[in-house]
Amino acid sequence: MPGKLKAKIVAGRHLPVMDRASDLTDAFVEVKFGNTTFKTDVYPKSLNPQWNSEWFKFEVDDEDLQDEPLQITVLDHDTYSANDAIGKVYIDIDPLLCSEAATVISGWLPIYDTIHGIRGEINVLVKVDLFNDLNRFRQSSCGVKFFCTTSIPRCYRAVMVHGFVEELVVNEDPEYQWIDRIRTPRASNEARQRLIFLMSGELQRKIGLKVLEMGGNAVVGYLQCFDLEGESGLVVRAIGTACTLEKISTFPATATHPNNSSPSKDMKEPGFGEEAPGVPLSSGPPTPLRAQTFSSFSPSKSYSRQSSSSDTELSLTPKTGGHLCHFCMIPPSPFCVFQEYPFFTLTAFPPGFLLHVGGVVSARSVKLLDRIHNPDEPETRDAWWEEIRQEIKSHAKALGCHAVVGYSESTSICEEVCILSASGTAAVLSSRFMQDGPLDTEHRFEEVVSPGCGFCHIPYDELNIPFPAQLTYCYCCRRYKVPDVLFTTIDLPTEANVTGKGCLIQARLCRTKKKAQGEGNATAISSLLPFLEYELHTQLMNKLKLRGMNALFGLRIQISVGETMLLGLASATGVYLTALPSPGGIQIAGKTPSDITYEQHISTMQKKINDTIDKNKELYEINPPEVVEEIIGSPIPEPRQRSRLFRSHSESSDEVSELDLSHGKKDAFVLEIDDTDAVEDIHALLTDSPTPAGFYSCNTEIMPGIQNWTSAIQMFTSVRVFRLNANLTNQGLNKIFSDLCENLLKSLYFKLRSMVPCCLCHLNFTVAIPEDELIQVAVTAVAMSFDKEQPLENGKQSGEKTLIKGKHRPLKAMSGIFPPHLSFLSSLSPSLSLALLLSTASSLEKASPLPEGRSRSLRSNRSYSGSSVAVVKMTPLSFIPGAKIIKYLGIINMFFIRETSSLREEGGVSGFLHTFIAEVFAMVRAHVAALGGNAVVSYSMKECVFMENPNKNQAQCLINVSGDAVIFVRESELESTSVQTQSATTHTSNATL
Amino acid sequence: MSVELDVFVGNTTIMDKEVYQLWLNGYTVNDAVKVRIEGGVMEECEASAEVLLSDTMDQYRTFQMCERLLHHPAKLANQLLFQIPPDRQAMLIERYYAFDDSFVREVLGKKLSKGTKKDLDDVSIKTGITLKSCRRQFDNFKRVFKVVEELKGPLVENIRQHFLLPDQLARDYAAIVFFANHRFETGKKKLQYLTFQDFAFCAGQLINNWTVGAVGKTNNMMEDMDVDLDKEFLQDLKDLKILITDKDLLDQHKNLVCTALRGKTNVFNEMEANFKNLSRGLVNIAAKLINAKDVRDFFIDLVEKFIEPCRSDKLTSIDVNLYLTHYTNSAHILDTFKHHAVWTRYMGVIKSCILRMYHD
Repeated sequence: MPGKLKAKIVAGRHLPVMDRASDLTDAFVEVKFGNTTFKTDVYPKSLNPQWNSEWFKFEVDDEDLQDEPLQITVLDHDTYSANDAIGKVYIDIDPLLCSEAATVISGWLPIYDTIHGIRGEINVLVKVDLFNDLNRFRQSSCGVKFFCTTSIPRCYRAVMVHGFVEELVVNEDPEYQWIDRIRTPRASNEARQRLIFLMSGELQRKIGLKVLEMGGNAVVGYLQCFDLEGESGLVVRAIGTACTLEKISTFPATATHPNNSSPSKDMKEPGFGEEAPGVPLSSGPPTPLRAQTFSSFSPSKSYSRQSSSSDTELSLTPKTGGHLCHFCMIPPSPFCVFQEYPFFTLTAFPPGFLLHVGGVVSARSVKLLDRIHNPDEPETRDAWWEEIRQEIKSHAKALGCHAVVGYSESTSICEEVCILSASGTAAVLSSRFMQDGPLDTEHRFEEVVSPGCGFCHIPYDELNIPFPAQLTYCYCCRRYKVPDVLFTTIDLPTEANVTGKGCLIQARLCRTKKKAQGEGNATAISSLLPFLEYELHTQLMNKLKLRGMNALFGLRIQISVGETMLLGLASATGVYLTALPSPGGIQIAGKTPSDITYEQHISTMQKKINDTIDKNKELYEINPPEVVEEIIGSPIPEPRQRSRLFRSHSESSDEVSELDLSHGKKDAFVLEIDDTDAVEDIHALLTDSPTPAGFYSCNTEIMPGIQNWTSAIQMFTSVRVFRLNANLTNQGLNKIFSDLCENLLKSLYFKLRSMVPCCLCHLNFTVAIPEDELIQVAVTAVAMSFDKEQPLENGKQSGEKTLIKGKHRPLKAMSGIFPPHLSFLSSLSPSLSLALLLSTASSLEKASPLPEGRSRSLRSNRSYSGSSVAVVKMTPLSFIPGAKIIKYLGIINMFFIRETSSLREEGGVSGFLHTFIAEVFAMVRAHVAALGGNAVVSYSMKECVFMENPNKNQAQCLINVSGDAVIFVRESELESTSVQTQSATTHTSNATL
Repeated sequence: MSVELDVFVGNTTIMDKEVYQLWLNGYTVNDAVKVRIEGGVMEECEASAEVLLSDTMDQYRTFQMCERLLHHPAKLANQLLFQIPPDRQAMLIERYYAFDDSFVREVLGKKLSKGTKKDLDDVSIKTGITLKSCRRQFDNFKRVFKVVEELKGPLVENIRQHFLLPDQLARDYAAIVFFANHRFETGKKKLQYLTFQDFAFCAGQLINNWTVGAVGKTNNMMEDMDVDLDKEFLQDLKDLKILITDKDLLDQHKNLVCTALRGKTNVFNEMEANFKNLSRGLVNIAAKLINAKDVRDFFIDLVEKFIEPCRSDKLTSIDVNLYLTHYTNSAHILDTFKHHAVWTRYMGVIKSCILRMYHD
């Protein structure tokens, strides 16, 4: 009997009127856990009942504690007929099972009904007494902490990063069971909600067990998804990164300071056997997006997949000689080598953890769904993901990398066809923070790599580049080769040297496809996928160059499948990495240069494009320092004057099919035009309307070039559904889709205009095709205001950045890293000395994200205190500007269904969804407040499935949200003395915000 | 091709003051968009008409969802659905309960019944205020009336606490409730020149001096009722009749007032000539107030019996003030006049009401 769950029902308020005659309600409450149910007394004739019940005690296994939610049902007592349900509250008690998280759940929680929405609130108290169970064969994993945050949580430090954990559970979807035909929609919805609650509890427990097996105590970057496979079932799957975390008890502390981490005894010396890098690849796209391997659908029952370019990779032969030596200097991480999948769901790392980034790796596969016969053995689904992960792994290897970071998995389902996708960033990670004393090789390594550019240096062998890329010497250190463009799925490393500001870049694409069934459909889709991905990639590249930038971070490509079309949306944040060469312009070439007017037309187009590039450079403050080659006597290849770009014509399918992915051999970066239509098309494609003055946008955690955030944040979700006309061409569709996204962005800017100057961070677009002619776009992001008061000069800025970075290292280590730093600093101001470096620390406060408007943040915080409802902040980011997270209270993972059969009366589809989303926010806030928290970080809406039937006046929506409940305190409220004494370290943690 | 669904939900509910006002004014979405375009918000923010339409629809929807909470403002503070900063909540409530003076003039003193509500379309046409806005304002009056009707204690304070209104607005509502309760006639042509604020001022005077609550402030809070006039006081007012029925007293009073006024004004002759007439008017009003029906005519009586005669004699408001001051004070010197307390209580209110109402 390892646990005792106690619950007390205190009171209710704002209950709905259930008795028309008296305009009152006779409410009582059922409290259910597992198969045990308790009831309170009936509190007659009140809309604000005071039950003040005894403590209901459930004695249960901790396994059940993890799997089951506490279910509270509020009912209206009826003497003559059946009692009417008012609504339910599901309470996830997982946060109470971990000693470091919440200790009690107490507060007003909304009573929710799937038909009526929120119907009043109930005040409850929930506690858990847990007895220690030392049984080695236990099935529970109480105490393992879960974080949605994709970096090491703020008040912890990573003792050890163990690696990838994954699990999936399947079940029949209650909505598709025979019984659904005879039960009410409410009963069906509740069955589904409860089942998904159970399944995610079970999933979390199983993942926890794996973590314990690995010796960890936490999962970071926990990503849980649902696949509503319809007839064939319901899949809940999750991935994450197992870690051993240690709470930083003293304050202020360096949350992400890797050097503080205690040495791990388990660490083993890295082995090199399979780490042979530099696999030659004959084919591949001409950029680091080494993604285009598709499963060509084969109709055989086994659905064996063929990778268009994987043949060579799979016949890996370890390289010998020269370049192995080269790689000796980069010790591969031991924790990766012994892992089956050296994948990390993290997107941000302690400084120095990430050594090199190879590029994006991704894999997709098209599957036909089949009924899951035995829910206890979800082997088919497991095998599918295995395949994909294997492929990702081999791609990473081909890029000379032993790990994949920023890894994520997703699906898109339409009828019985399912596209599985996985993507990540191939990388080389350091193990030095994990080991006892620094080794010689690492010392050498330390001297070699400056943290501001090290991650850009190619991990693969330059003689055997896996794809045709232009390599140059690093523009920062001049010692190592860098690619001309870098695409990644991770956040911009805090230590990266960046010129200017970044911006959101999106590639959008629609492709029509014929309606088909079964295998034919799957084949059609898998043959379309490569072109879709190729064009998205080309668009991204064009748009990147148009903004004068050379790297993408946070790249997320989403492919959605519908009955008659495929939708592709790629979002990323473009930046100019100082270490990488300046991107060339875009050149337009006509195919028939005979006509003079045509020539003129082309030249005006060219001029327009050049002007746009210049304007963008100004807008994003991209003015990289001039390269003075004489000073550095290293052989730098001539910077290319322009890169050339090739664009395929989507309207001509013949031409498309001629394309192979190795088109890099041709003259690559010329925009070819053969008719005026295409000109317009290209121009429209390239010129996204600029963001209004005062706005910036990105889909990553932080925006390079903006640091002085104020405390004003506004998280929001916006959903749009667009109905298309039938019989649209690909081009027409593209335009509509692109306009839809652009208009949505414009609306957001307009809505948030009062926050200017402000940046929309973590702009997360999700697209779906809910019906044949519908496109759904959902966006969740946070708008954050910043102070413009201290505009930093560009040159100065990078200098200051470096200084802040210098403080990441404790003093004793400074001797080790100093040479590269000093040389870099001295180029900025030769008189700078160590003393100066330290003394400037306090003056740097302004450059750190600590908002200048400290007093302002305090004021705004206080002004809320008058309200009787606690204010809960929500943000998709892992931090709150100007504040310090002092405690993580546990993961929030909620699933809601809402249905209506009076759609018109509820304000139509918009009114219905507006209310539902507001209700979901309210429930998240209430549960966080009940845990004692005042914010949700790393919040995301992972699922928003909306279905309507206006003819029947019906609609249904499913929403799944997750995040980490936290307690934060304003930095201005913290003791200033303690901040001062350890100013260097606090600044360090600030800088990593 | 059309946008089928378009929603925006912020963790902190975003509400644009300008759009809120347009919504309160009863504009349709399309009209509101037109007004906004004319306001130049598009150029300011580099937005298109499409964006404006989407934003306006979204805001309207938010307001509609909030409206049910605004009917019980106290709920706004402890509801969970919308996270609205307290200063915003106060703004929402204040503006929701704000009303147009031209509208309130039309319904002031009328019974807040379904019948009156049916006539609102006429009011709407007459005032140029949209029917939707008229209905909201009317419903607000009715809602406040219903709530405070049941409550004991000071009227203004009750309204302020239950509807979280700022002081001035709470006073205005108190006036509206008071007028509706007594059904004061305000619509006659002769009263048209008076503004709502004139009436509100008078209502304030009546509430503070003539109601049960006005007495109750000094003794018993239990019986405190601000809405009803003090019946005992009204009964006592009948005793004032002696001032006009007793010939000696009337002459004495006139002499005293004339002595005091002589040489202080250039309309002395008119005042002297009219004294008996005016005095009869004021005392008769006092004596009739015991009848509920005559209470309704209180303002029209004041105008007909006092203000109009004075105005035709071209008295300035300074003259009127002077006259009323001496008229009131002189009565206390009269030997046989015993009803000093009632007289003070009566004339204090009459004087300030007349002075307030004495304008063009």
